[in-house]
Formats: sequence, structure tokens, C-alpha cells
Amino acid sequence: MKMDLGNWQAAGNAPDSHGAAPASGPAPGRALAIEARGLVKRFDGFTAVDGVDLSVPEGAIYGVLGPNGAGKTTTLRMLLGIIDPDAGVRRILGAERPHDVAHAIGYLPEERGLYPAMKAHEAIAFVGALRGLPRAEGQRRGRRLLEEHGLGYAADRQIRQMSKGMAQQVQILACLVHEPRLVIFDEPFSGLDALNQGKLEKMMRGLAERGTTVIFSTHVIAHAERLCDQIAIIAGGKVPFAGPVDLARDRIRPQVRLETRAAEGPWRTALPAAARHDRKLDGSSFFYFPLPDSGIEPLLRALIQGEAGILSLSIERAGLHDAFVAIAGEAAARALEANPQEEQGR
Amino acid sequence: MTPPSSQGRLSTLQAALVVARRDFHAVLFSRSFLAFLIGPLFMLAVSALASSVGQQVEQTAGRPRLGVLMAPADTAAMTGAARRIDRDLAGMLPDLVPVAPPARDPASPQTVLVAQHGAIDALLTGTPERPVLTGASGLVESLEGPVRLIAGAAREPSPRALPPVTLAPVTVPAGLDKVGRMRTAQLGQTVLFLLTMLLAGMVLSNLVEEKANKIIEILAAAVPMDAVFLGKLFAMLAVSFVGIAVWGIAAGSVLVIGGHSLADLPAPAVGWPLFLLLGVVYFAMAYLLLGAVFLTIGSMASTVREVQTLSMPVTMLQLLVFFFATYAVGAPHSWSARAAEVLPFSSPFTMLARAAMEPGLTPHLLALGWQGLWVALFVRFGAQLFRRRVMKSGPAGGGNGKPRAGLARLFGRT
Repeated sequence: MKMDLGNWQAAGNAPDSHGAAPASGPAPGRALAIEARGLVKRFDGFTAVDGVDLSVPEGAIYGVLGPNGAGKTTTLRMLLGIIDPDAGVRRILGAERPHDVAHAIGYLPEERGLYPAMKAHEAIAFVGALRGLPRAEGQRRGRRLLEEHGLGYAADRQIRQMSKGMAQQVQILACLVHEPRLVIFDEPFSGLDALNQGKLEKMMRGLAERGTTVIFSTHVIAHAERLCDQIAIIAGGKVPFAGPVDLARDRIRPQVRLETRAAEGPWRTALPAAARHDRKLDGSSFFYFPLPDSGIEPLLRALIQGEAGILSLSIERAGLHDAFVAIAGEAAARALEANPQEEQGR
Repeated sequence: MTPPSSQGRLSTLQAALVVARRDFHAVLFSRSFLAFLIGPLFMLAVSALASSVGQQVEQTAGRPRLGVLMAPADTAAMTGAARRIDRDLAGMLPDLVPVAPPARDPASPQTVLVAQHGAIDALLTGTPERPVLTGASGLVESLEGPVRLIAGAAREPSPRALPPVTLAPVTVPAGLDKVGRMRTAQLGQTVLFLLTMLLAGMVLSNLVEEKANKIIEILAAAVPMDAVFLGKLFAMLAVSFVGIAVWGIAAGSVLVIGGHSLADLPAPAVGWPLFLLLGVVYFAMAYLLLGAVFLTIGSMASTVREVQTLSMPVTMLQLLVFFFATYAVGAPHSWSARAAEVLPFSSPFTMLARAAMEPGLTPHLLALGWQGLWVALFVRFGAQLFRRRVMKSGPAGGGNGKPRAGLARLFGRT
């Protein structure tokens, strides 16, 4: 689904969980590291990506969120020039042909791979050489990066002699050795333990602080929620939402969590009819419902006047997971949750 | 602040060299390279097979030409007898070519043989009662029987005894020993073919291994696919040159230790230095053509099984092409020889054989230009197909491992 920049800005924060999709757009004054319009990719008659628009501001941490098979990897591969789109245009760091700026891009593919016979520092230097970094400089930087990230002892170890996690860390360093302006990570957290996931998050923040644009795909909402300035939600090859994380959350109403001493009374008419009601053993009641259009004040007034006996009342802003469900739909959310790694990350 | 990148964009050639350098080192220090080095042992077996296939050709279209320098009546009797017997023996006899006596007397048979360079392979003098056969050692022995038959038939229609033949083996200058040159041609073709097949197979397994290791995506993201394609081709070519150098040094050492030199072997018509140089260049052409095809196949396959299924027809076709080129050796100047010289895949083999059989550099320059054109076309087309097919969404390039799916991809159907 194509998104229009103007429409999105006009739509503002209007909550509309299943309406027209807003367009992504950069903050005013920020140049775009990635700009894609109407990207389409078909494989053997199957449309993997169907009109994706993306606008990734320079220096941002941008998440592409969606379940497996949603079209994340295909979208990233098109942005990198690994495959060409069947329709649409892309501009990466100002270039229409991604390979023209390959020296300024780092990439970690979803399916990790390094030459098993290569030593760690050589593997890093090789990836750097592919990006135009002189081999000797690449080897020097490779050793330094490994040292800085606690892997100095393994610099001369062959990749085949490393654990999967270690090899993955080497590959992450390899995609940074040439000091790229744009780093694209495809599912970077998969295969890493919790400790290394934390390290990677820190590294990504550090990159963004230095002005590097970081774009990563994930099906783990928690990572996107913690890291991203902006996200694109992708499902079924389309992007139903792209924009700031807060805007995604605002697509659904905040939830009111009310605990009362009384279960019934005239005050109940002030609560939405669809409010969920749980009764506790001590006789008190819990109610959950979206914040009414009129706001919290009329509700509070009715509760007090009706002597509901308010024990607690909180307004909870929607999490990104709820926003994802609202935007991408239950099916996409179920697909997202089907992967056990998501639970690990949440 | 956006950190500047500390390096510039690589050109396609530079990127290809990065890929080639990695592949070259990896292959050179691998076990498969050892197998590559001992490959020539297998060549001997196939060479023997190819020789037996070519034997028939050698006996018919390539049968030796025997000059007859006798008194006019004896010459007429000999050629007439040869014609009569040949009907029954169906090409088992040499071609008898009457030779005019030299203008200045006296001339030794060897001098006449040299003077008739290219027209005859051996010379028959004396009389039908006492024929003398002059020619290269090996050739005269093989012609002794047929000459006795012809001489006997020249004396009387139904001879009761065959006259003895005096053999006069001489050292034949390079380029005159037709049978030897033919053997050199066949050997050259066989070595060229096996080297090419071995290398094309190696480049294919290298690519499949890379796809299995998921490295291809890193390459594809960093450099144009054309560069990956070229880099892999160049790396294997460089590897093969190392192999050729090793074998060359080994063979040279064996010759020197055994007190021999190249001059002892049947010399090719263009001479050894040019023949060896042409061999290297024709090998490069043959390899680049076949390697481009195999790399393209590799780009479409995601499993070893798929590779085998897809590459088998190409290997069979290449074998046919090789045998076609071998056949063409025995039929120089025929339409089949011309076709084999023009057909891109058989051209390097046929032209190398031609270098062994016939002097002259111009046809080779033309052939190299022609082959170069096809190499450029195949590499370009292969690289494009490679780029389109090697990366697809999903694991392992989107391959489902089924041979039918691989074939469907080959022909662009779904």
C-alpha cells in the first residue's frame, strides 16, 4: 500500500486502527538516507512486496517490523541492490543505484555466512575489501574491532572453529569495518543470547549517536520498541504503517484500568458497554476499556457521584505490540508471536 | 554528524579482483587443488580412449601419402596395383603419389622427402622387385606390409611371394611427420578438454559451496553480480595457470632427467613455442566459455543434487563437442573440420589441433578474435542470468532443491 507524505502529516495523531495507512516522512530538515516509493517484487507469480514506501531519515534507528514471510528481507535486498524491484524507485544515500554507494553501506544478512576457513580478522578485512577498504587497513581495523569487543583472543581463529554466536559477532563487526554511513541489519538479534542482544542494542545506539543511519528488520517488537525512532510495519508485502513509534502507539486509544469497591450502580452507565469486567474474591471489581472520546474527567465525575468506591484508576498508553495488532491485524500479530524468539525478546 | 566513509566505490574490475584474490587463495590451499594437480593421471586414461576413437579416423581420412620415385613404368605399375588392391582393402593402404624426379641429379631420397614437404609423408624408390622405403622412423615400419603387398601386385596379378622392402628410417624435420603431428594434435585436444572440464567443475562446486555458506548474499550486497561472476572465472583461470606451470615444470624435469627434449616428441607444425602459447590461449578461451555456462548453472542451483542434474546435459554436450573436434582432426579441410573450427565450443580444441597439423598463424588470430567475441557474449549473458537467478527471496536463494524446479528456473518457467 502506498503512503502519501502529505496525507500522513495531515492525519496527525488521529486514532484509526484499520483506516488508511499514514505515510512515513522525515522530520523537517532531516535528509533521507533511504527513500523508496512503490517498491514491488514478484517471484514466480507471487507478489512478495507490494508497493512499499519507506523514508528513513539520516542518523535514525529505523525498524522494519513484521512476521516471517512478510516481505522484510525482500524489501531490504531491494534497497541494497541485491535484487532489483519489478516496479518502484529507490534512492539510497542519494544514489539511485545502491552499488554506487556500496562503500558507505554495511549489511548483515539474515542468513549469516562467512568463509569457514578464514580467520576472524581476515574475514572482517575481506568484507571491508568488498566495500573498498584496502586489505591491510581492513586487517588492522579487524584486529582492533575484535579487541574492542572482547574477541581479540579469537582474531586468528578460523570461523569454523567458532561458535555460531561468536561467528555472528564477527560478521556484525565485519559489516562495520569500513565505517559505513548506513548500516542495514536483517534480523540482527536472532541467534544471539540475551547478553549479546544487549551489547548489540548498545552498539546500534552508539552508531546512531555518531550519525550513522541504522535500519534493521525484526519480528521482535521489544527490540523495535526499545531502539527505534521510527518503524515500518510490514505484513503481506504491504506497509500499513510507517512513521514514529509514538505515532504507532497513538493509533489505538489508551486503556483505562479501573478498580472499584462496588460492582453495580448507576455509575455503570458512564462506562463503555464493551468494558471488560472481572470480579475479585474480596468482592471488588476490575474494569478495562478504551479511554472514552470525552476524556477521563466526565468519567471520574460520574464514578464519584455514583459512589462507585474507586480503589484505583490508571490510564495505560498502548504498547507497540497492541499497536501492531491494531495496525497489522490479528493474523499478522499471531504470525509474529508464532516465533518463539519473539517471546524471548519480549 | 555523518562520518565520512574512508574509501571510494570499487569499479567492477576492482571488485572482481577482490573476489578473485579470495577464491584464488582459498582454492590454492584446498584439498580440491591437490585433486586438480593429480588430475593429469586421469587424463592419460581418457587420452587412450580418445586415441582409439581417433584411430579409425587416422586410418581413413588421415592415411599417409607415399611418394613414388621409380622409373615411369614401375611407378605406373605400383600406382595401378595400389588402386586394384585398395578396392578390397577399403582404405588400409597409403595414398600413392607419383613424384617427379628432381631436376638436379643426384638427389638422395631424404632430400626429395624434404623438398616435397607437406605433399608426402614417406618416399618409395628402387623397383617393385626391390623397393626402398624412406621416411620417419615408426612410419616406415607401419608402411612395410602395405608396400610389400603393392609391390607384389605390381609384379604379377596374383603374387606367390612378396618382395622384401628395404627400410630407410630418417630423421624427419619438424612438421613433416603427419602421424606424429596428429598424435600431438589429439594429445593437445585431450589435455585441453580435461583441464577445461575439471576447472568448470571446480568453479561450479565453489559457487554451490558459497551459496550453501550464505556468503553469496554478502558478495551480492557489496559488489555488482557481474564482478562476482568475473572474479570467480578469473580466480579459476589463475588457479589453472598455476597447475599448468607445476605440470610443465614436472614434465620438463622428467624430460631433462631422462636426457630428452621436446625435439624428441612429434613436433607440431607451428613449432613448440607457438604451439604451447596457443595451447594456453585456447585453453583460456575454452575455459571461459564453459566456465560461464557452468557458473550460470550454479547460480540457478541451490543443492549439489540440483547442480548435478543441471550440469549433466552440458557435460554430455561438451563431450560430444570434444569428439566432434577429435573427428575433425582426421578430416582436415572438410566441411566438418570447418564447422568444428567455427562452432564456439569446439573451436579452441579444433584450432589447437590445427596448430599441431598445419603451419600458419593467421587462422589462429582470426579464430582467437572469433572466440573472444563469443567469450564476451557468454560472460555478459551468463553474468546477467547469474544476477537475476542467484539471489531470490527466502533461504538459499529460493531454491526448493527439486531438480524439476531447477530446470524450470533454467528455462525461466514457473
